[in-house]
Amino acid sequence: MGLSAAAPLWGPPGLLLAIALHPALSVPPRRDYCVLGAGPAGLQMAYFLQRAGRDYAVFERAPRPGSFFTRYPRHRKLISINKRYTGKANAEFNLRHDWNSLLSHDPRLLFRHYSRAYFPDARDMVRYLGDFADTLGLRVQYNTTIAHVTLDKDRQAWNGHYFILTDQKGQVHQCSVLLVATGLSVPNQVDFPGSEYAEGYESVSVNPEDFIGQNVLILGRGNSAFETAENILGVTNFIHMLSRSRVRLSWATHYVGDLRAINNGLLDTYQLKSLDGLLESDLTDLAILKDSKGKFHVTLKFFLEEASTNQSADSITLPQDDNDNFAMRVPYDRVIRCLGWNFDFSIFNKSLRLNSGNAFGKKYPLIRASYESKGSRGLFILGTASHSVDYRKSAGGFIHGFRYTVRAVHRLLEHRHHSITWPATKLPITQLTSSIVRRVNEASGLYQMFGVLADVILLKENSTAFEYLEEFPIQMLAQLETLTGRKAKHGLFVINMEYGRNFSGPDKDVFFDDRSVGHTEDAWQSNFLHPVIYYYRHLPTEQEVRFRPAHWPLPRPTAIHHIVEDFLTDWTAPIGHILPLRRFLENCLDTDLRSFYAESCFLFALTRQKLPPFCQQGYLRMQGLVSTESLRQHRVESRLLRDYALTGRRLEDSSQQPGDQEPLGSPLVPGPLAQSLDSNKEEL
Amino acid sequence: MFSGFDVFRVGISFVIMCIFYMPTVNSLPELSPQKYFSTLQPGKASLAYFCQADSPRTSVFLEELNEAVRPLQDYGISVAKVNCVKEEISRYCGKEKDLMKAYLFKGNILLREFPTDTLFDVNAIVAHVLFALLFNEVKYITNLEDLQNIENALKGKANIIFSYVRAIGIPEHRAVMEAAFVYGTTYQFVLTTEIALLESIGQQATYEADRRTAEWVAWRLLGKAGVLLLLRDSLEVNIPQDANVVFKRAEKGVPVEFLVLHDVDLIISHVENNMHIEEIQEDEDNDMEGPDIDVQDDEVAETVFRDRKRKLPLELTVELTEETFNATVMASDSIVLFYAGWQAVSMAFLQSYIDVAVKLKGTSAMLLTRINCADWSDVCTKQNVTEFPIVKMYKKGENPVSYAGMLGTEDLLKFIQLNRISYPVNITSIQEAEEYLSGELYKDLISYSSVSVLGLFSPTMKTAKEDFSEAGNYLKGYVITGIYSEEDVLLLSTKYVASLPALLLARHTEGKIESVPLASTHAQDIVQIITDALLEMFPEITVENLPSYFRLQKPLLILFSDGSVNPQYKKAILTLVKQKYLDSFTPCWLNLKNTPVGRGILRAYFDPLPPLPLLVLVNLHSGGQVFAFPSDQAIIEENLVLWLKKLEAGLENHITILPAQEWKPPLPAYDFLSMIDAATSQHGTRKVPKCMKETDVQENDKEQHEDRLAVRKEPIETLRIKHWNRSNWFKEAEKSFRHDKEL
Repeated sequence: MGLSAAAPLWGPPGLLLAIALHPALSVPPRRDYCVLGAGPAGLQMAYFLQRAGRDYAVFERAPRPGSFFTRYPRHRKLISINKRYTGKANAEFNLRHDWNSLLSHDPRLLFRHYSRAYFPDARDMVRYLGDFADTLGLRVQYNTTIAHVTLDKDRQAWNGHYFILTDQKGQVHQCSVLLVATGLSVPNQVDFPGSEYAEGYESVSVNPEDFIGQNVLILGRGNSAFETAENILGVTNFIHMLSRSRVRLSWATHYVGDLRAINNGLLDTYQLKSLDGLLESDLTDLAILKDSKGKFHVTLKFFLEEASTNQSADSITLPQDDNDNFAMRVPYDRVIRCLGWNFDFSIFNKSLRLNSGNAFGKKYPLIRASYESKGSRGLFILGTASHSVDYRKSAGGFIHGFRYTVRAVHRLLEHRHHSITWPATKLPITQLTSSIVRRVNEASGLYQMFGVLADVILLKENSTAFEYLEEFPIQMLAQLETLTGRKAKHGLFVINMEYGRNFSGPDKDVFFDDRSVGHTEDAWQSNFLHPVIYYYRHLPTEQEVRFRPAHWPLPRPTAIHHIVEDFLTDWTAPIGHILPLRRFLENCLDTDLRSFYAESCFLFALTRQKLPPFCQQGYLRMQGLVSTESLRQHRVESRLLRDYALTGRRLEDSSQQPGDQEPLGSPLVPGPLAQSLDSNKEEL
Repeated sequence: MFSGFDVFRVGISFVIMCIFYMPTVNSLPELSPQKYFSTLQPGKASLAYFCQADSPRTSVFLEELNEAVRPLQDYGISVAKVNCVKEEISRYCGKEKDLMKAYLFKGNILLREFPTDTLFDVNAIVAHVLFALLFNEVKYITNLEDLQNIENALKGKANIIFSYVRAIGIPEHRAVMEAAFVYGTTYQFVLTTEIALLESIGQQATYEADRRTAEWVAWRLLGKAGVLLLLRDSLEVNIPQDANVVFKRAEKGVPVEFLVLHDVDLIISHVENNMHIEEIQEDEDNDMEGPDIDVQDDEVAETVFRDRKRKLPLELTVELTEETFNATVMASDSIVLFYAGWQAVSMAFLQSYIDVAVKLKGTSAMLLTRINCADWSDVCTKQNVTEFPIVKMYKKGENPVSYAGMLGTEDLLKFIQLNRISYPVNITSIQEAEEYLSGELYKDLISYSSVSVLGLFSPTMKTAKEDFSEAGNYLKGYVITGIYSEEDVLLLSTKYVASLPALLLARHTEGKIESVPLASTHAQDIVQIITDALLEMFPEITVENLPSYFRLQKPLLILFSDGSVNPQYKKAILTLVKQKYLDSFTPCWLNLKNTPVGRGILRAYFDPLPPLPLLVLVNLHSGGQVFAFPSDQAIIEENLVLWLKKLEAGLENHITILPAQEWKPPLPAYDFLSMIDAATSQHGTRKVPKCMKETDVQENDKEQHEDRLAVRKEPIETLRIKHWNRSNWFKEAEKSFRHDKEL
């Protein structure tokens, strides 16, 4: 098409040339978006691309989506909760407790329709992902293994280069944007002498019968290690579990990737001295020896290095030779390696610069907080492999987290390549408090991706209106204008969810006495997940974001507000939650955000030159709020309204009573009482 | 016709006067000077009015004098009119007509002479006459010294009655004089017209002593109670007669105690005994002064909260869910209220919405439904509802329409009722058009739309008709619109003198039909023409309609009236409107009975409040000055014109200027940032060493928690902006609830 249109300009020789060249070049099929992997993240991105009507393709090695889940977790029980009942109808809220569903407009594609189990079977996930791809008609090329990815520089390309993907048949695909959602697929191996004796999690038997009466050593302390232990706990002689660092319980760290209580049976038997046990040591200092009977002994690499090469295994020094109460002095029948997974870097050409080289960089590709590769523009990492952004902090490595970060990436791409600004709702300032209350009470993305994705409110000139942006990656706050296409010239609020600063940690007692905070004035000391609102008069700079105070998710704001934690996570209490929030917003904006009945607005309209925003944006536009008789009565009783229905005479009397505050005089009218936070900050 | 009426009226008044003056002749004796003097008896008082024989038989003074005959006779004082005839020259007969005076005699001794203007009415006559007669019984004083002299003279002898009247001759003065006539022998009456004297008199005598006592009490109660010396007479509060001490405790809601305590020690002990309870609470409420930031000051939130336990008849509206929403709004014409259960404004409006349902119960084809967006967030988002509350109307085959009127029962009801017909109504015959214009066609609807609009178009005016239809559709639910474009449309256009295309505006309340040519036929312009036509020339301003007049951006000329507006005032103002005097203003009136909040407005304008009606010009949009039409002037055209001219010339002073204050935050917020800063700076000084043995860990853990508690305590005491103000039991209850979390 392009060729024929251009032909007349070129003239006949050009046309000939073009025709001649065409088959020779064999221009590969070009896509705007290529997604690697039809796992949850790949399908999630495919969904958004499809909805946006984009040119995309998903390449999947296996014949069906979600191949990881066909084998893993080995013991088939997913530890992401499938909470089918919350007592609430709000679908967005319910997603907070549905850790398996992907985002879509189709309510049939909710995981609760696929499993009744609170901790569902992995086969249901496979079935679900298959349905998700089929029902939505996502364009997935199955049985296509991308064997090599490289770059092809081209000035015309969106990002200055195309990604060239070569599949197992040698077919080449040219992509403007590459979205890698291949997960972590390479079992992590720690190199030490004797590591070859260890069976891997990926292949070890899951049949407990195979472990009867055995001494088992498990290397690693993650969920897969405990899951493996849990399966054989009842039939082994004992299980010893060895890892470098102490156990991290997810209910103490508030990180779902740490050890979940559902798998922690071994902790119980260890602490109750039922022969099982936990040990800490750096694996790289160790060595495993296989003796003549086929049993395994733990020794130090140091001893092995001392020994001559020809020495038989049985004669090598063991720690218990010097130290006869050494903990691991018993021989083991089996050693199982459960050390987690790494990203598969092998298919990516060096020119993509995905690898960072440091230890952490072995596990995850190097990316920015926008999920774009630091090495190559236009390459994004999605899903589990993108967890480096919030490793051990939030849920970005898990379906219930990355389904939102994928959406964020899609929004960034829509703006970058299709000039579609980040979706935002523009509302009058009178809706400010309500819009925040609404989101903190239902938003799932904020709740799961706390500290990573946050809502941003961009104020309009004179703070009469605002734009509400949902789930922006807050580490990119400084680049908000270029990433979203929205303007942040007049100040902004960031709505983030946070645990208490000193609350989470593997060594923290999360059950201490005063852990729950109930009083609004102590809200800043809230420990459990609660909304925190940051106010900035100007968009923070990259420097400010990078060099923010330690343990702060964001740079120091002009003012900060914590909505006090709530046992029910229901932040709608009029006095406990909404009133302090309104006061905070009022003081940031230096205005009065109260709502008024039409009658009050009428009074203000005729007795003052200025009206509060609620009257300006409602009453004066003929949309005032008329009070019913019953509410009117309450208004009089609450002394927020003077009862004008009484005779004038009485009014004059009451107004002169000493010490009797004039009802209208004090609570309703604006006063210089309040020094706004805004003005306070000028002095800082 | 009019002149005939005038004559008739004169005739009536003449008859009335005749009837009225008949008794005058009889009761007020008319005598010649000689005759009069012969009637005077020793010791008897007599008031005589000397007048020229040729003076008119009637005058205002004579009317009043005639009135005074009876009351004065009650005090044994005779009254007479003396006609000065030329034959009998008396020195009491003045030289000129105007200088006639009244004279008071006792026996034949002249006591006082009164110019007739001091005796301006019956009260003045009685008061002055008695005042002259009771010269000794009622002492008139002008300063404190006079009073003290009288007090000194009478100490131990007689009681004094002190009276203050604003002026001599007014009804109050007469009342005092009549009392003095009866009790003048028992009490010494003292009269003054000096307000300053009155003000000083109440406390003056005891002020010094009282102040010393109060100071003494204050020293003894230092730090326990504040002492205030109140001038009893300056308060308009009812303080019991005998009470001399008022005691008010610091807690809210505790009533004021009125006490009779004759001894300083009694006061002290009373206060100290009642302090006891207070001291326990004192620590808690120490810093409770001033408004508390934890107290609700949003009237909507507060009232909705207070009303939360009242059960609304919610069953009168259909509650929609994600499952039922589409089916319902597709199946029947529906109104949907989108609200959020936690939002106060939503819940306040829900009450009005339910009221509409109550009023429409069983009468409307429109289904009233509601959906709680706190539950069905997705449904609301899909319907493009991002703020609350929102009302939308779903009609078959039409796009949903958002309701844009007042969030109240009346306006929503009007919207629903007016939406029973289509917009614009297609009128197909001349007869139907006439019925439409007369209000017959939609008899039951014209109470909701005082104006019916009929667009007249010739059948060929396609775009004009489309534009009008668009405008009509835009205004649906707010004003009735119809369209007529049959072949015989010229009949209508001729009858109502309208050249096509045109609008006919039928004002049903006034029974008038106006025509407006449609020069521009843009839908927006048509909407503007119709909306402007809905405005009245001299409307009663209400809470509901102020915004439509407010947007005209003109100063408001408001007549405040206690009840309906006086038709004469209305006529006067409408005349001025017609004469274009009021073009730069929005004249209107306010009925305090319908709009009681108007009293609040008056209080902001006047201090003290003069009697109603009051005419006020409020310059709302530039400067905020308020000008009051002088309340002693009659509200008639001439006076108004003069006043407006003076206003224009800048000769009138404003009575007040409306405050131009911005609406700032009513109260401060918690400054969490400073609290965090304070806590971190404290924490920084106590760093936990990094390496520790296993045993240390536990201890340190404990220490950390104690540390945390310490941090918690100190900054709270110093940083706390306000204590939690809920009562203490709540705190206790909360503590026990907290254990639940461990379950």
